[in-house]
Amino acid sequence: MSSEAVHTTGSTSMAHYGDYEPIIGIEIHAQLSTKSKMFCTASTDFGAGDNENICEVDTAMPGALPVVNKRAVEFSVKMGLALGCEIRKRSVFSRKQYFYPDLPKGYQISQFDLPLCEHGEVDFYLDGEKRKISITRAHMEEDAGKSTHHGEYSLINLNRAGTPLLEIVSGPDIRGPAEAAEYARTVHKILRYLDVCDGNLEEGSFRCDCNVSVRKKGETTLRTRVEIKNINSFRFVEKAVEYEILRQIDCYETGEKIVQETRLYDPDKNRTFAMRSKEEAHDYRYFPDPDLLPIEIDDSFINAIRSTLPELPLKRAERFEQSYKIPTYDSLVLTQEKALADYYEDVVKAAGGNAKAASNWVMTDLMRELNESKKTVETSPISSTNLGKMIALIDKGTISGKIAKTVFSEMWSSGKEPETIVKEKGLVQITDTSAIEKAIDDVIAASPNETAAYRAGKDKLFGFFVGQVMKATKGQASPDIVNQLLKKKLAGS
Amino acid sequence: MSQISDLSQATCTEIRDAVRAKKVSALEVTKHFSARIKALDPKINAFVTLNEKAELAASNVDGKIARGEDPGALAGVPMAVKDLLCTKGLKTTASSKMLANFIPPYSATVVNRLEAAGAVTLGKTSLDEFAMGSSNENAATGPVKNPWDPEYVPGGSSGGSAAALAARMAPGAIGTDTGGSIRQPASFCGLFGIKPTYGRVSRYGIIAFASSLDQAGPMAHSTKDCALLLETISGSCAYDSTSATIEVPKWSEIIKDDVKGLRVGLPKEYFAEKMDGDVERVTKEAIAALKDRGAIIVDITLPLVKHAVPVYYLVATSEAASNLARYDGMRYGHRTSNITTGSLEEVYTRSRGEGFGAEVKRRIMLGTYALSSGYYDAYYQKASQVRRLIRNEFLSAFESCDVILSPVCTSPAFKIGERINDPLEMYLNDIFTTSTNLAGLPGMSVPAGYSAKGLPIGVQLMTRHFDETRMFNVSLALENALGAVKARRPHVI
Repeated sequence: MSSEAVHTTGSTSMAHYGDYEPIIGIEIHAQLSTKSKMFCTASTDFGAGDNENICEVDTAMPGALPVVNKRAVEFSVKMGLALGCEIRKRSVFSRKQYFYPDLPKGYQISQFDLPLCEHGEVDFYLDGEKRKISITRAHMEEDAGKSTHHGEYSLINLNRAGTPLLEIVSGPDIRGPAEAAEYARTVHKILRYLDVCDGNLEEGSFRCDCNVSVRKKGETTLRTRVEIKNINSFRFVEKAVEYEILRQIDCYETGEKIVQETRLYDPDKNRTFAMRSKEEAHDYRYFPDPDLLPIEIDDSFINAIRSTLPELPLKRAERFEQSYKIPTYDSLVLTQEKALADYYEDVVKAAGGNAKAASNWVMTDLMRELNESKKTVETSPISSTNLGKMIALIDKGTISGKIAKTVFSEMWSSGKEPETIVKEKGLVQITDTSAIEKAIDDVIAASPNETAAYRAGKDKLFGFFVGQVMKATKGQASPDIVNQLLKKKLAGS
Repeated sequence: MSQISDLSQATCTEIRDAVRAKKVSALEVTKHFSARIKALDPKINAFVTLNEKAELAASNVDGKIARGEDPGALAGVPMAVKDLLCTKGLKTTASSKMLANFIPPYSATVVNRLEAAGAVTLGKTSLDEFAMGSSNENAATGPVKNPWDPEYVPGGSSGGSAAALAARMAPGAIGTDTGGSIRQPASFCGLFGIKPTYGRVSRYGIIAFASSLDQAGPMAHSTKDCALLLETISGSCAYDSTSATIEVPKWSEIIKDDVKGLRVGLPKEYFAEKMDGDVERVTKEAIAALKDRGAIIVDITLPLVKHAVPVYYLVATSEAASNLARYDGMRYGHRTSNITTGSLEEVYTRSRGEGFGAEVKRRIMLGTYALSSGYYDAYYQKASQVRRLIRNEFLSAFESCDVILSPVCTSPAFKIGERINDPLEMYLNDIFTTSTNLAGLPGMSVPAGYSAKGLPIGVQLMTRHFDETRMFNVSLALENALGAVKARRPHVI
């Protein structure tokens, strides 16, 4: 998932909404990466065969009872704290009741009036501006199974039934498609930082439902909202929301009514369409689940989790910018993933503090290679220490920046240490002035015409001489020294 | 003890001792009771399914004894188990057409604990469908007869267990009690029956009726047997979050016939009810017996218990409507073969319409209504509040007494068919028992006498939460004081 770039520019212009204003709220369902399910010991492993990861609790056998997965509560509290939420000391699981074949109990265990986390907020940058979106609540619940329809019949796979989810609900604070996507990216990033969700959008472990409505600027009440489901990338969040805003504006302009409904986004056609023709008004008949006692947690439990919170991505980006003196853009890219940020900091350390060079190497050469070979920093053949050492070799003058490119690709293919590569391939930069001087003398002697022309004022020929000297030294001469000595020699002294 | 004729009259404790002392083999005991079932059950109709592996289980106990291993605290004791408890590989129907062919893949914790202690599951006993009823007339396999007079009901919902025990087709039985379903049939059939404190016994694997009220408990022919069976099945269970972690006393060893100075509270509201003359006489005799043995009789008041029946029927039906949603014909249980449109809704409505009996449907309707949007506050919510007040009222009553004594029911057993068409009259039968479940208190029915017609009548004891010890002490005192009560046998024997 890390391949999508950080969005810092290109937010959709508000101009084409006329005097309309979009109001967007997002519900994110994050699958918590626990080993077992929310209320039983069955595995959450995604790859298992159909209906293999199930037990009597998932299949709602008569008499089976749920027992809360403590780890899921810890993960939820951790995320709640990272979102700046108040953690409720006594939260309650309720039953949300409806009939559907992939919901074996006839109800989903969720949290209703007493959720675990409430009143948080999330900050991020959009177009260089800091934005703040409120978090209404984050509550725990279990996932349903999966239905697939085959004309005459349907099949049910209950492997996913009972998987722990954290539903994170934003306030209706989002005002545009780019902001919607950036909000989702930010929450995703935090989940990954905390290592409580694998964030895989394709496999459905991170799902975004966007609630979109529009109203005339200046209106204070909300108009009818539409929920968009089935969005499986951040780019599609932006596109789906944009489409839906324009659709709704169009409806109002042509006097059509907006109905409260669930719509699905079709990325191929880039449009949303109604999921069901008639949306039934569900009465979920929520009531506290009598099989589960309220979850009671105390300060020591919360504080223990708080003490394990890592530095969060935005804070880290701000620190990178300040203490490493790198541009905002670089700091945001480098803090996209915790592992990447850790890697970068290790490179800086091994490079002896040259943060700018470290940023350049990581963001250009390394990330290009990683993306091309679909690797991550965790699986990178070049360790952070080796990359850092290589930068140190440049800084010491042992190798030139140009040679470093060769060393880099050699490290990529062999995984060897930069010193070893330099030694084995004889790539040490020539800094011995007498050797360089000799090469220069030979070049000048061999090029009387060019020398005469240069001396007559044809400055452009300087590059020719540099090229010849580098060629003679097999590219190993220190460019700085070559420049310096060449100028002197050509000047005729 | 080696005489087969004695076995019928033996208690669980006596059988256990005889088996352990090798005076009789576990296999002989099981064969004896199986033969009695064969001879008597056609007249009583207590059993739904017999365990074909009972003799094998008994032989295993004998094998352990032969090898000098510990055969367990219930070595070779045959048990009649209410068909609401899941038994792995043995059909479990809840006396419902819905589960007519359901074979559980797992056993209830209670069943596992009994079998681990060497008990032999003889068979599964009839009940009012899904434990909803007070007469055992709502059973898919037809009404169960009271062994004391086959024209009379055995009570319900654990009527099959009570009748099996009274007819000595098993020396011990397991029932469940949501609003009186152990105590009322125990009273109607002349047995000791205990509903333990909520949380004392694991509900795992017991088909849920009303989760916050359900408790399983033993029915037996002596206080000591109840104590022995209860200590075997009690204790915390990792699969039931509502099971208590509190220590389980060795009641069978510690209980004593000693009520000197014990304060026995008589709630005036329970005695103000229009009461059957026989019930009143028997209750007064029990009070006098305790007074004779040094107990102090005190008057107490429980003004809110008059609301217990409506509160109970709101809470119980709400939970039941939700708990029974899983019977949708999708994964197990009855699925209609009468499909015309083929819509999902048709499969649901027909499967449930055909699978559930009238009383179950009535309660699902009531409970669905009580949880519906717009009614929740007035019904379920209000009932939950009053429930809490009733609990508090009991706790303050226990400041002035140690045990509460009352009738179990307003009358002895009634005739089959007499009340089946009057659900309200049937519900009011639970007037003395439901408040115990609402408050989570332990309650017990102790045989205390007979009606003029010769039908058994019990009295009810209630103590503080987890104070079963004191309840057993009072029960033992009554058992000893009313020796003649125990000596009588139903005519069927």
